Amino acid sequence: MKQTIPPPLRSASVLTVCLLGFALGACGSGENRVTAGNRDGVLHWGNASEPQGLDPHIATGVPEHKIIMALMEGLVLKDTTTLEPIPGVAKRWEISDDGLVYTFYLRENARWSNGDPHNAHDYVWSWWRALQPALGNLYAYMYFPIKNAQAYYEGKISDFDQVGVKALDDFTLQVSLNDPTPYFLQLLDHYSLFPVHRPTIEKFGAPDERGTRWTFEGNLVGNGAFQLEEWKINRYVRVGRNPYYWGAGDVKLNQIYFYPTENITTEERMFRAGQLHYTYEVPVDKVAVYQEKGSGELQIYPYLGSYFYRFNTRVEHLSDRRVRRALAMAVDRQQITDQVLKAGQVPSYAVTPPDTMGYFPESDLTFDPDKARALLTEAGYPDGAGFPKTEILYNTSEEHRKVAVAIQQMWKQYLNIDVTLLNQEWKVYLDSETNMDYEISRASWIGDYVDPNNFLDMWLCNGGNNRTGWCNPEYDRLVLEAAPKASSHEERLEIFKTAEKMLLADMPVLPIYIYTSKHLINPAIRNFPKNILNQPSFKDIYLDPSAARVAEAH
Amino acid sequence: MLRFAAGRLLQAIPVLLVVITATFLLVHSAPGGPFSAEKAVPAEVIKALEAQYQLDQPLWKQYVSYLGDIVNGNFGPSFKYPGRSVNELIAAGLPITAELGLYAMLIAVLIGISAGVFASLRPNTLQDYVPMSAAMLGICMPSFLLGPLLVLIFGIYLEWLPVSGWGDIPGDKILPSITLGAAYAAYIARLSRGQMLEVLSQDYIRTARAKGLPEPLIVVKHALRGGLIPVVAFLGPAFAGLLGGSFVVETIFQIPGLGRFYVQAAFNRDYTMILGMTIFFASLIILFNLLSDMLAIWLNPKLRHGSGAAKP
Amino acid sequence: MSTALATAEKGSSLWADAWIKLSRNHLALFGLAVVLTLCLVSLLTPWIAPYGYEQQNLMLGASPPSAEHWLGTDVFGRDMLTRIMYGGRVSLLVGFIATAVALLIGVLWGAVAGFVGGRVDTVMMRMVDILYALPFMIFIVLLMVVFGRNIFLLFFAIGAVEWLTMARIVRGQVMSLRRQEFVEAAHSLGLSQWAIIRRHIIPNTLGPVIVYTTLTIPSVMLLEAFLSFLGLGIQPPQSSWGLLINYGVETMEEYPWLLIFPGIALSLTLFALNFLGDGLRDALDPRASKD
Repeated sequence: MKQTIPPPLRSASVLTVCLLGFALGACGSGENRVTAGNRDGVLHWGNASEPQGLDPHIATGVPEHKIIMALMEGLVLKDTTTLEPIPGVAKRWEISDDGLVYTFYLRENARWSNGDPHNAHDYVWSWWRALQPALGNLYAYMYFPIKNAQAYYEGKISDFDQVGVKALDDFTLQVSLNDPTPYFLQLLDHYSLFPVHRPTIEKFGAPDERGTRWTFEGNLVGNGAFQLEEWKINRYVRVGRNPYYWGAGDVKLNQIYFYPTENITTEERMFRAGQLHYTYEVPVDKVAVYQEKGSGELQIYPYLGSYFYRFNTRVEHLSDRRVRRALAMAVDRQQITDQVLKAGQVPSYAVTPPDTMGYFPESDLTFDPDKARALLTEAGYPDGAGFPKTEILYNTSEEHRKVAVAIQQMWKQYLNIDVTLLNQEWKVYLDSETNMDYEISRASWIGDYVDPNNFLDMWLCNGGNNRTGWCNPEYDRLVLEAAPKASSHEERLEIFKTAEKMLLADMPVLPIYIYTSKHLINPAIRNFPKNILNQPSFKDIYLDPSAARVAEAH
Repeated sequence: MLRFAAGRLLQAIPVLLVVITATFLLVHSAPGGPFSAEKAVPAEVIKALEAQYQLDQPLWKQYVSYLGDIVNGNFGPSFKYPGRSVNELIAAGLPITAELGLYAMLIAVLIGISAGVFASLRPNTLQDYVPMSAAMLGICMPSFLLGPLLVLIFGIYLEWLPVSGWGDIPGDKILPSITLGAAYAAYIARLSRGQMLEVLSQDYIRTARAKGLPEPLIVVKHALRGGLIPVVAFLGPAFAGLLGGSFVVETIFQIPGLGRFYVQAAFNRDYTMILGMTIFFASLIILFNLLSDMLAIWLNPKLRHGSGAAKP
Repeated sequence: MSTALATAEKGSSLWADAWIKLSRNHLALFGLAVVLTLCLVSLLTPWIAPYGYEQQNLMLGASPPSAEHWLGTDVFGRDMLTRIMYGGRVSLLVGFIATAVALLIGVLWGAVAGFVGGRVDTVMMRMVDILYALPFMIFIVLLMVVFGRNIFLLFFAIGAVEWLTMARIVRGQVMSLRRQEFVEAAHSLGLSQWAIIRRHIIPNTLGPVIVYTTLTIPSVMLLEAFLSFLGLGIQPPQSSWGLLINYGVETMEEYPWLLIFPGIALSLTLFALNFLGDGLRDALDPRASKD
């Protein structure tokens, strides 16, 4: 018992010395990650969350999407500005006059990232795999325009030869459709229709087996401009150039790091400290700061996404369309977008974002408190008297909370009704919404492809994404039968307009605003596209160190 | 002492069994399944997935087969990250959280005890008030405030240290360790001051002083030992708190540790992951409580014979 | 040692003694005054608050302190002073009630385990271990779904977590006291178990318990913020200090007053409680009463 300092104290002082050494060492290194990246062609990308997996036939999330876009490629690509289809693996294609048969001519120099030849048979096999029910592909519906694909997926036919996809020879792929589908070429650029490398998948399990290790570091073989180099869980995914890519000569970046930046406040600080080139999001309250700064780092542009509230039409007082419309008319959307969200969001009075493939929804909905009060009186609640207990459900998030608090107050002010707010953790919220255990619920829809169909077919009577209890057989007929048979693009859009007007007249949903994409982008990033799908083309992006220096000098 | 430890480890088995059972029931009755998603999931897909993970079997069967797997050290596959096993994910996050926890604990103990002892030597003077006020602020200041504050000062304004990461950029371990350790340093400072005051007023200290022993010797050799007892008792729970609290720090600093996995798993209803992490954490907590109790006994010989747990 | 006998003799005057000593301690009196003032303000808030806590002015948005809004406004243009006053009601209520729950369970549990010892102690402390190890967040989500949203549930949930550490501390203290000379002396003098607990164990455990209590109240207030953030507990437009601080952190660079003022409110309460707690501990210290 001779010790003068107890052991914990002793080791602690050792630690302090170490920490001090650390701190001093840290001060020595002057160059940050972004500056080094600009010099070496390494892009540091904020990617929201850890990817669940990189199998294009299983993945569903946006972060996964971004990484897969770097690793794999479909038959066609989209022009990053106009979103028009441009050649991808297919160097050209032909469409039959009736719009039902597509013939794709593939590049002979396309290769998998391990050097294997890449041809039309890969597509037939990959699409067969993607339609195996056991695989649990949530995007299987993206295949349904293809002839018999839905019947095959649902087990009504078992012979895959009847499905409309055929390899005419090694480099010619023919696809037949059920109906002329104007957006079909767009779908081919969605990762759920990407080809996968058969030998790799079969090496790690059955073709329709979920959760094999084929997409992991060292295993994954893709056909994109980049290949997977390293995958550190919850730390980063790193991709590097794929030397076998058909356009490898034009790829400019050497590497991309994707970081799981769940915490957007931290993400913004990482950007400021020179640890990121690009942020996935920008915190609401930082938007004004960057706008004032005027450094050009903040980029805001329209996004094909709609923010709205669902009404549970099975709740007694909300089953009255007058009540639903009254509530919708008493929301001052302009104030919400200008004063609460402040990032260029557009107030919306319909579900489909305007200018979706030339489609502009027509809506008679306006902000009209007087009319709203009149409607509410008509429904039996003069000046809000006797309005039953109503709750707005939203999943835990700063932005949803702010919108809900503002709407709660607007309804109090204009209609004199009290609604309560309820935030639930994501999975509980999903459960409540799916089971229709809610009154009013926050929701949104981000377009998978640019077509009004994507926003309107969710309100079908039995649509899994409907969740409002609203059902109108005439609406279903328009969307399911009339629109696909339309003889021209204009006629098709007219049918959608009629359908959407029916939807808005009944108002099972309360449109609020159209999203914007907002990112902090380092000035060195060049060729960064601003399209409504928020879809980058990593093979075109390059880093220009001189641009960053100019920006710093200002 | 060995018998005491062995006895406690034996008792850990029923404790773990209760923890496993309770957690198993909890996760399976929590609303929202692992496969629910914003886009409607077709019923046939859910069925296929449930079959793959044996979720279509009766609960008791799942339970029995799960217990069987655990005995073999297999925590099963993660639901959220297809293809990855829970063992693999824990192995990926453990070294990082362990390192973070260790640094934080050392900071807490070092700063906490020194500040507490320092303050207790001159009670109700400036030497007491200043460190104790700082400690109160430290307790008051939650890590979700302290972390961003430190980041803004040292990461953004001064540009001395990185704002995130763990082992990626030199110096990125400093701020998270301080953030996590600060609150515990403050607790320990308060606890040790309180106990030191008690001990310093006791007779054997007075005797020592009367004998004319130098004050530093009295403090370090005689008083500190008694003064550390509540601190040591606090270390076990503090360790549990550190593990639980690490997720806030790991989120603020983008650290790929266990805390973040655990919270993600809970949010995603990744059943096997939640269970695996709970069992793992529970074992660690039991172990550290045991160590903290053993340390307390070692510091206070009177307990050696009195400890109920040591009786056969 | 005469301490034990001394307290035993004048056990009934312990409280009166303590009060006299407390009233001589200026810091403690200051703490008491602050705590009482805060409680009073909280009680009267609905009548004295300058604005409604949910009253928005979106056009104004976040504004720094001014003549109309002494402590500024938040991003919805709501008056911060009003929101802090209303938030204090929730925070103080949660702080006191949940801590009381934790105190009650924790002290009883720890004291019994420590005093009885043996098998009982083993079983009781293993139960504490189990509760420590359970995944807190799942537990909360489940509670929320099974029982619905309810402020008393919040107290329960917080109390259920916070008593564990209290129990461990008390047990440790009691076990070390049980072997001290004056307790053994009391035993040999033939005092009953209950009398020993009441006259020796409780007064001697009060110190650490009070210290820990003053530490528990703020941590409870912050835990409340976390739970409300998850959706258990209070919902907007209501607020609490913890939640206000939580939101304030997000915008501390842009609108620092949204963080500073609720932070001051919480810190003030904390310091006041702390001074009061220290004063109480000194006043109730049985050894000190002899001097």
